[in-house]
Amino acid sequence: MAAGTIAISKPARRPSGSALAWIGVAPFFLFATLFLILPTAFLIIGAFQDADGHFTLVNLTDLSQPTILAAYKISLEISAASALGGALIGFALAHAAVSGGLPAWIRPTLMTFSGVASNFAGVPLAFAFLATLGRTGLVTWALMQWFGFSLYATGFNLLNFFGLTLTYLYFQIPLMVLILTPALDGLKREWREAASTLGASRGQYWRWVVLPVLWPSLLGSTLLLFANSFGAVATAYALTGSSLNIVTILLYAQIRGDVLHNQNLGYALALGMIIITGVSNVAYIWLRGRAERWSR
Amino acid sequence: MTFIDIRNLRKSFGPATVVHDFALAVERGEFVSFLGPSGCGKTTILRMIAGFETASAGSITIDGQEVTDLPPAKRNVGMVFQAYALFPNMTVAQNIAFGLRVARRGPDEIAARVEEMLRLIKLPDIAGRYPYQLSGGQQQRVALARAIAVKPQVLLLDEPLSALDAKIRVSLREEIRSLQKDLGITTIFVTHDQEEALSMSDRVVVMNEGRAEQIGTPFEVYNYPRTRFVASFVGTLNILTATVIDAENGRLAIDGREVLAAHTVEGRASGDTVTVALRPEAVTFGEAADGRDELAGTVEAVSFLGAVVRIRVRLESQTVSLDAFNQPAVRLPAAGEPVTLCFARDDLLVVAGG
Amino acid sequence: MKASRIGPWIAVTLGALYFLVPLIGTFEFSLRMRRGTYSFDAYRIVLGDPNFQASFLYSVVLALATIVVGTLLVVPTAYWVQLRLPKLRPLVEFVTLLPLVIPAIVIVFGYLRLYNSQSILPLTDSSRGTDLLLTFGYVTLALPYLYRSVDTGLRAIDVRTLTEAAESLGASWSTILFKVIFPNIRSAILSGAFLTFAIVIGEFTFASLLNRPAFGPYLQLVGANRAYEPAALAIIAFVVTWACMGLIQVFGAARGPTQPK
Repeated sequence: MAAGTIAISKPARRPSGSALAWIGVAPFFLFATLFLILPTAFLIIGAFQDADGHFTLVNLTDLSQPTILAAYKISLEISAASALGGALIGFALAHAAVSGGLPAWIRPTLMTFSGVASNFAGVPLAFAFLATLGRTGLVTWALMQWFGFSLYATGFNLLNFFGLTLTYLYFQIPLMVLILTPALDGLKREWREAASTLGASRGQYWRWVVLPVLWPSLLGSTLLLFANSFGAVATAYALTGSSLNIVTILLYAQIRGDVLHNQNLGYALALGMIIITGVSNVAYIWLRGRAERWSR
Repeated sequence: MTFIDIRNLRKSFGPATVVHDFALAVERGEFVSFLGPSGCGKTTILRMIAGFETASAGSITIDGQEVTDLPPAKRNVGMVFQAYALFPNMTVAQNIAFGLRVARRGPDEIAARVEEMLRLIKLPDIAGRYPYQLSGGQQQRVALARAIAVKPQVLLLDEPLSALDAKIRVSLREEIRSLQKDLGITTIFVTHDQEEALSMSDRVVVMNEGRAEQIGTPFEVYNYPRTRFVASFVGTLNILTATVIDAENGRLAIDGREVLAAHTVEGRASGDTVTVALRPEAVTFGEAADGRDELAGTVEAVSFLGAVVRIRVRLESQTVSLDAFNQPAVRLPAAGEPVTLCFARDDLLVVAGG
Repeated sequence: MKASRIGPWIAVTLGALYFLVPLIGTFEFSLRMRRGTYSFDAYRIVLGDPNFQASFLYSVVLALATIVVGTLLVVPTAYWVQLRLPKLRPLVEFVTLLPLVIPAIVIVFGYLRLYNSQSILPLTDSSRGTDLLLTFGYVTLALPYLYRSVDTGLRAIDVRTLTEAAESLGASWSTILFKVIFPNIRSAILSGAFLTFAIVIGEFTFASLLNRPAFGPYLQLVGANRAYEPAALAIIAFVVTWACMGLIQVFGAARGPTQPK
């Protein structure tokens, strides 16, 4: 589609008038430039410079160091796993609440709880999972006490890929529920009924109507979840300290103490993150525009 | 021969019963409207025929086959909804082809049928468009085409015109009716608009509070309402309270003035109160001649409605409205003027459920 | 139809378990401080800790400053865009979404390089300056949520008619903005404000890298050094988040039944 942006606006009825009209938005753009655009631009430019300020691509090629590549790899894996898991489970939950025929109180409860849980990220979330699934946590203890099952003997560890993914799901699933519920509300009862009077089975209705209508929302939300966990710092840091080598923790250490011994390589590391979250977010915004097209 | 046979149909949601022992026999090719205010149960019955709601009691038979407990997909009924309900991810052609695709028809047959349907709804050039690119009226025609493309036994229309502009509503209702006649498809049409029901139907079922108040041709329902509800919901009848003076000879008193009904008042004794109905267009100014009744009062309000002028006359405690044609040459009485009204005895209807 | 309800019930039950068990586990853990019996010792120690009080107060003040600055920045902009510069809407919306695109850690990295002691605007030289920078950073983080909330609120009222009506009665621009527009989108602003509060109160990355004594870094410090207090703090943080979301619901609902969801 040509209109791939978030152009929701209608054409202006009144001409924009004099340059005076622009003064009204000047503070906003000044703020955005100072505290959003310039800091980011500084890093992006720095990524293409050497220590003396000359143009170079060395910083980008230096990103292929094993430590950095490994950090990107595990960050991408955790983000992908928690995004896919969060999307699937969130979809199932949202669908159950919207059209599962459950009692009416379930839905508002789920929505309020999702609002809380999706914002309950960061340091306290790490504490909660340590208290629950840590070596002395309640669930670990209960499994041992009641079922004689030793969680940690299975190789489970809260501080590795699996543990971090499980922890991230705590805010990823509710976030998916919050983003996807409006899209599920957009599925009209009449579509299902029209399909069934025309002889379609449940499977045919899902294959030919529900999934084609929902896929931009589903894919877009998954991408948003992906970017959300890719940029997360606090949960991982509070959970694992600096023992887990993910990009955000590497960057955190770099900002703190120049562990890469190269300021400009640090900028390149940040640029890599911007590109990854940027691409997935732009794709999300584009897909959201597509999803809204039908509902107009 | 009866094509759709509905017997003792009942629907309860918890303690609330929304349809009470509903019975109706629809002939093959007949166009029947369910007319009533919102919440009267008309849509619930339609949804039970379609299979979206399960009946609490009773049976529905279509063409000799009982369908009461069949799922919607097995009933071979077509349905058009108030809110368009076209699949937004499909073009017009794909929407119309949906049912055929489900039935695994060949691509050539589907293409031919889609083209035929588009011609039928007089929109041959929009096959490739998406629903969001169509107007409401166009969407509803496509929805109609989608419903009849699979040649259903019964066509169910759930307030299909309610969301449309007044002008398109009128033109589309004529189109639906002529299409229905051409195809000879048995149709049930749900509406709260009495004009739609009267102009389109072979028969009208007037519904109130889960019950059929009256079933009859538009002519019967309009001219001979059997209950007070039908009289007030269909048309703009004057509903008056009268006292029986002499039941056998049809002598009544309206606001102290004696009138004579054309028929005896059955089952009532002298002194009883009854409800009578009087159509505004049946009342004229002037003194009664033979076979006519007379009332007197004062003009309370005159409202100009275009071709017709509606005049409200206060008797004593009650008012009567009458319609006069708007003829510039004829002077109409103004508010405050005393007038005499008359009407034919046949037009004074004694209504049940007083 | 009965059989198809089993799936939704299973989904909701498992979901509820997944979200409740960590909370129960954390709460249980937070009571275990005294050996052999449950007690609120951990809470008493945490609440009595001067560092807790100081850092919590610091974050509360910072959150309030963020809300004030953010509202004063976002409301006039959204209003002006809707009234005079609708063509700019896609651009403004895009800019407000940028903080979701650029990770917070990258933004603060840029701040540290751009506003250090060698720059023209050496904000990080003094603690007041850094506080200011942190506030602006939080406004940036809250921008997507605040703008969306206010923009939706403005769309629900007829900005143009309200403005023209006020103008025809001789109102000045500041009167229109503060006496007409603000009160009409009060619930939208409050929703955005509580969400901002919930985000700012426990924020870690910005505060930690800018070296400010906020609640987030305090939490991390306690977590690294103590056993039971972190669980108590997690429960306190959860209650604060819950209170913010609850208040959003309350003020969202105060708009009355005529407002669509």
